[in-house]
Amino acid sequence: MTTSTTETTPVIALPGRTAALLTGLGAAATAGSALMPWTWTSEYPGDLTFYGSPAGLQWLALTAGLVTLVLLLATQGVPGLRWAAPRRSSNAVLLAAAGAVAVGWFSVISIATDLGGLAHLEPGGWVLAAGSLLALAGSLGLPLDRRTAVPLRILDRRLFLLVPIAPVVWFATHAVPEDKPVAPVLTALAGGLAIATGGVLLVQLGHAANSWLRLGTVNRPLPAPRALPSWVEVALIVVAFAIGLFAITFGIDTEYGELFTGYLLLAASVVASLGRSGLLPRLRALTVKYQTVTTGAAFAAAASFPFTQTSDQYTSVATNILIFATVALGLNIVVGLAGLLDLGYVAFLGVGAYSAALVSGSPASPIHVQFPFWGAVLTGAVVSMVFGVVIGAPTLRLRGDYLAIVTLGFGEIFRITMLNLNGTTGPKITNGSNGIPRIPDLEILGWNLGKPTTIFGFELGRFSNYYLLMLLVTAVVVLVFARVGNSRIGRAWVAIREDETAAEAMGINGFRLKLLAFALGACLAGLAGTVQAHVSYTVTPDQYTFAEALPPNSAFLLAAVILGGMGTISGPLAGATLLFLIPKKLEFLADYQLLAFGIALIVLMRVRPEGLIPNRRRQLEFHEADADIPAQATGDTVALSKAGA
Amino acid sequence: MTTTDAPAPTPAPAPAPAETLLDVSGVTMRFGGLTAVNNVSLTVGRGEIIGLIGPNGAGKTTFFNCLTGLYVPTEGTVTYQGTVLPPKPHLVTQAGIARTFQNIRLFANMTVLENVQVGRHSRMHQGLLSAVLRGPGYRRSEQESRDRAMELLEFTGLAGKAEHLARNLPYGEQRKLEIARALASDPGLLLLDEPTAGMNPQETRAAEELVFAIRDRGVSVLVIEHDMRFIFNLCDRTAVLVQGQKIVEGDRETVQNDERVITAYLGAPLEGTAPVTETDQ
Ligand SMILES: Nc1ncnc2c1ncn2[C@@H]1O[C@H](COP(=O)(O)OP(=O)(O)O)[C@@H](O)[C@H]1O
Ligand SMILES: [Mg+2]
Repeated sequence: MTTSTTETTPVIALPGRTAALLTGLGAAATAGSALMPWTWTSEYPGDLTFYGSPAGLQWLALTAGLVTLVLLLATQGVPGLRWAAPRRSSNAVLLAAAGAVAVGWFSVISIATDLGGLAHLEPGGWVLAAGSLLALAGSLGLPLDRRTAVPLRILDRRLFLLVPIAPVVWFATHAVPEDKPVAPVLTALAGGLAIATGGVLLVQLGHAANSWLRLGTVNRPLPAPRALPSWVEVALIVVAFAIGLFAITFGIDTEYGELFTGYLLLAASVVASLGRSGLLPRLRALTVKYQTVTTGAAFAAAASFPFTQTSDQYTSVATNILIFATVALGLNIVVGLAGLLDLGYVAFLGVGAYSAALVSGSPASPIHVQFPFWGAVLTGAVVSMVFGVVIGAPTLRLRGDYLAIVTLGFGEIFRITMLNLNGTTGPKITNGSNGIPRIPDLEILGWNLGKPTTIFGFELGRFSNYYLLMLLVTAVVVLVFARVGNSRIGRAWVAIREDETAAEAMGINGFRLKLLAFALGACLAGLAGTVQAHVSYTVTPDQYTFAEALPPNSAFLLAAVILGGMGTISGPLAGATLLFLIPKKLEFLADYQLLAFGIALIVLMRVRPEGLIPNRRRQLEFHEADADIPAQATGDTVALSKAGA
Repeated sequence: MTTTDAPAPTPAPAPAPAETLLDVSGVTMRFGGLTAVNNVSLTVGRGEIIGLIGPNGAGKTTFFNCLTGLYVPTEGTVTYQGTVLPPKPHLVTQAGIARTFQNIRLFANMTVLENVQVGRHSRMHQGLLSAVLRGPGYRRSEQESRDRAMELLEFTGLAGKAEHLARNLPYGEQRKLEIARALASDPGLLLLDEPTAGMNPQETRAAEELVFAIRDRGVSVLVIEHDMRFIFNLCDRTAVLVQGQKIVEGDRETVQNDERVITAYLGAPLEGTAPVTETDQ
């Protein structure tokens, strides 16, 4: 099972059961600290001043502590909890403890900096900081899966020249009077150098930590789960989606940036640790077994979101997430399946939105018609598809980067054209930068989406209505993606992505299939655009740019696909949700948004190039499990003797 | 020359006046000033196994690329079953010629089964709409595609690895998968570009048997090889390409005894490369 290059040893050798004891104590302290006040004033958001009544960040600390504790007990084989860690890997505990430290220390530091000093911490805060650190230290003493040796990587020595240079420039900046023309240049230079130096030192520190920790993966086959009656398995899926709905709702409903940051830290560590513990892979196996139930549960969970909300504040966020995610999924057909780099995809959303706006009956539209919903949807989708074909037909014959350049150009041309069709620089169609305002609300079969509706005694506001409509569109796109992706056409797309020459040699008309992918992608984006026009009342050209601080734009769409995982359904949906929520919730990032975003992408591509939810994971895991069967290993010769038969 | 005294395991004699399947006439391929293939003509009859040998850079792969539409030949025509082939790879495959590549070109991130199913693309007709609607016709065709692919994996001995990713297969099996994938398009003629490159002798023997088995399925084979023993065991006829020109074509003896082959191709007496002892089982 264990290959020669991995071992299961503690990083810090501790006698006997001390490590487990320390970890447990630390985890319990972390969780327990949530029941104590962390600070004495209610100035810090969330009001963390009460005994026995957790709020905001305290809930996160409680969760982190409990998850660590449960995983610890599970890996120690405590009966009744073993389901939580079928792989018995202590690394899961370490990951959870690291999450506890991240959440705990983030909270403490954020309280101290927000309120101005450590004096503002109450005992709860100290317990939290100490407890989480204790858990982490303890978990380093657990038997961890590690590589036997990781040589220390040293960065290019020339990079370390930055360390003396950066302070010199810093002093120079301060020495030069501010009215000198070089002053702003020096300031910018000093800032850049500071960031670069920090980056170099951090990366080097990371390398050092890596060669000390030597964490790795030992191939631990997932033991077969206990046979359960199928209704229990189905119930487990339903429970999992209910928890998922709760977690996502919590994230969307976070009211201040600190809570959202803590939430992201916790979510990342919980997902990582449960993945390592084997619980998530097991759940995934269940979802594969009951695909219909899973899809149904996922949509039921998504559809019940508006019912958890009391105002339209967050349903509007959720609706926009859905629009963004749906378009990202459409882009995933083009990029993820067919491998075509489309840098102007948001323009197809725009084409759909503008088409729908023009036939919506808006008083600002030069076409004074009001199509029924179905007509508008069809118009948006078809016009968008026509544009897709028109753009694709001349460019898709070429290979390589031409498509990226042409689509980038098309995206900008679309926006500029919409700007210019304003009556002065062109025919009066789109009102230029004012866009087409006052788009009336949709009415479907007598149901006016602009008016609150009452379902099951819940009153749903305007955005809730649009959310449910948009969910329907998402379902259509998911269905199309799933079915086409797993068909003759989808296989041909993937083949083209993998190796176009070989695909052509297998009888695939590359041009035609690429055009088909392009047109289908455009059509689905147009479909989403028709709804978007009505959701946002107004369509303006600047909603459809290449790159901007806020989604949806082409760069973010592409990032959502790549971040989430190319070629999967859940990947872009997750990626889009994250990329929408992060700028929305972390407003303090606003000025550094694109910088942070770029750094995050670089880091992600470095550590997880396959995306958050990689494709074919299922198969790979499947093979991990049966790699131990000897018949497979020697299959080579067996197969050879069969060949001539 | 002592190569003929041991009774070599002569391949099953081809049906004497084989119906011509592929007729290549006067194909020339120039890259700028370089003439990679120079006025080469060749015919392949139904049920034949034809070999194509020549030193590295002789233009063998380029010749294959001309046949399969990857390159548009500067001059000459390729006729398959009486019709001139258009220089479009997918149309060539549709017409009934399938190929493998010298540097394996599998769809690395697809499963073994999917790779073979992609090979069936040109023999299926289900489009986008039927994929979304999933009617009975669609499901029948998917099932048929899967069954055919499994049968071919069975045939090449890869059935046990149907769900593995292609990139995780060992080298020899990747070659076999490429053959299975090519066979999935129900070709009348299979072009193999160095199918045993990088294989050990044992695997090469198995590949030989595989080629015979393919011929027994009614598929003619045109094979590029370096391994002389492999070629002479296998082929009804062998053509020798040197610097883009076909210098000789014929059966084993004709080729082995040809002075120009010995000097141009081997640069040394033939015994060195294809000694008697190698013709045993
Ligand atoms: N696309 C191309 N452009 C230019 N030269 C090429 C191209 N393809 C092949 N050649 C040249 O044609 C010659 C024959 O190559 P190739 O057919 O690969 O030889 P072989 O397969 O017999 O080893 C080589 O000199 C090669 O460099
Ligand atoms: Mg070659």
